[in-house]
Amino acid sequence: MTATFIEWGMDSGWAMIVSAIIGSLLIALPLMLAVAMIIYVDRKVWASINLRRGPNVVGPFGLLQSFADGLKVMLQETIIPSAANKGIFLIAPVVTFTVALAAWAVIPFDAGVVLADINVGLLYILAISSLSVYGVVMSGWASNSKYPFFSAMRASAQMISYEVSIGFILVCVVLYAGSFNLSAIVEAQKGHGFGIINGYWFNLLLFPIWVMFFISALAETQRVPFDLTEAESELVAGYQTEYSSMSFALFWLGEYANILLMCSLNTLLFWGGWLPPLDIPVLYYVPGIIWFLLKTFFFFFMFSWVMATVPRYRYDQLMRLGWKVFLPLSLFFVVAISGWLMFTRYGVAA
Amino acid sequence: MLHIIAFYLFAALVIASGAMTILSRNPVHSVLWLILAFFNAAGLMVLVGAEFIAMLLVIVYVGAVAVLFLFVVMMLNIDFAELRAGFVKNAPLGVVIALVLVCELVLGLGAYRAGIIELGTPSGEVLLGQTNIAQIGELLYGRYLFLFESAGIILLVAMIGAIVLTHREQRSARGHQNIAKQNARRPEEATELKQPVSGQGVEL
Repeated sequence: MTATFIEWGMDSGWAMIVSAIIGSLLIALPLMLAVAMIIYVDRKVWASINLRRGPNVVGPFGLLQSFADGLKVMLQETIIPSAANKGIFLIAPVVTFTVALAAWAVIPFDAGVVLADINVGLLYILAISSLSVYGVVMSGWASNSKYPFFSAMRASAQMISYEVSIGFILVCVVLYAGSFNLSAIVEAQKGHGFGIINGYWFNLLLFPIWVMFFISALAETQRVPFDLTEAESELVAGYQTEYSSMSFALFWLGEYANILLMCSLNTLLFWGGWLPPLDIPVLYYVPGIIWFLLKTFFFFFMFSWVMATVPRYRYDQLMRLGWKVFLPLSLFFVVAISGWLMFTRYGVAA
Repeated sequence: MLHIIAFYLFAALVIASGAMTILSRNPVHSVLWLILAFFNAAGLMVLVGAEFIAMLLVIVYVGAVAVLFLFVVMMLNIDFAELRAGFVKNAPLGVVIALVLVCELVLGLGAYRAGIIELGTPSGEVLLGQTNIAQIGELLYGRYLFLFESAGIILLVAMIGAIVLTHREQRSARGHQNIAKQNARRPEEATELKQPVSGQGVEL
């Protein structure tokens, strides 16, 4: 895109800035639309699992429900508690939302369709996801109220715990792919299983890693069964309790953008990204982005499936799972996988 | 041009947020400014082409260290009057520290005016066409393997030391939870179904 702008007679610096802005908008706006629709999907899936109808009034099949909700939220009054720390109280939802969007910069939707094809892509995602805890912590502290504060403390402990095991899980994938670049990781999965299956999931060493990644992703995005930060029976709505209007909506959007991000990471790291499931020439006629979106959508379905079926964990169980089960297991797999690769790929005597 | 604008933006923000870290009265604000400073420092790293270091800076300092800072500071119940109370008592020490810092600043500026320090040319061959990570990996696990491993062992010792210092045997004080035993419990062993005859009660 930069080259086109230079052709139009722009300075190379300006061309870069303009193309970066347009590229960001090209990702952010469809993402917001996707979030609105995915909230609808989420509610429909829970409804059908609970034998309810779900949203079915606004628009055909209730398709416009999220937009109606958005309109309602925009028209509400923004209430700032008098005891709140105003600046931080207002910045917190912005931080959550911005961070949730920023991570999408390195996600490749198809071969070469990526805003920033940097060679530390995976580390960038890890860095950004470690930032997302700040929105929660800041909102919890700034609300100056008990429930949000408890929620903020829970959130920070939970996200630090699961980030450690996610880090080791990503190391396993990186060891196999030999790169931190997400596009390269996807390309490395081509024909991984018997030369015909695209994806790292078809591997005895990586499949357990994928299961752990899926569960850690649930914990990282604070979805059921790990949604202790907004456990409504104990904490009202957790860190969002004092928020209203658009500041509440920003949390909501950021949360779902994060969930979609984790689903797409699942797709990219273990299920072959934009590659078709099988390495058969006919399947390549379907555009890569369709495969990518289908897989992401499938994982989102799994997220809502879990939400509708699994009861919430207790806090000590959550901590135990993170530190005493996932951390040793993922560490073991890092050692096992590097040993296996040393044995098979690089040669022992090297 | 773009680089220069970005550099001055990041540099100015690092300095400004660093200043705000010490100037703000509220410790939570201090930590948040500190995080902003880390973040902009990472931006500076990206500008000089050290994107790996930049990402590590964000992951380690912003993602882990600062969260712990914030966690601790959030729990403090700060009495601002008490903070100001010790001013007169601590003033002489503060003046001494300020003098030392001024001397360092003057010396640093003077040294800068006198010309740059010759740091020597890099002795290792420059590996062009390799990514940041690959180069660092090659150096750390090849040439500096021994130093790297020793650093790792020192950290391990420090970690074990911290655990030993803070570890308390709690088994005797409270009931110990055996997760495997709890999970293995089945309704058949835990409950017993009785059908009491009306008016007779149950033997437990």
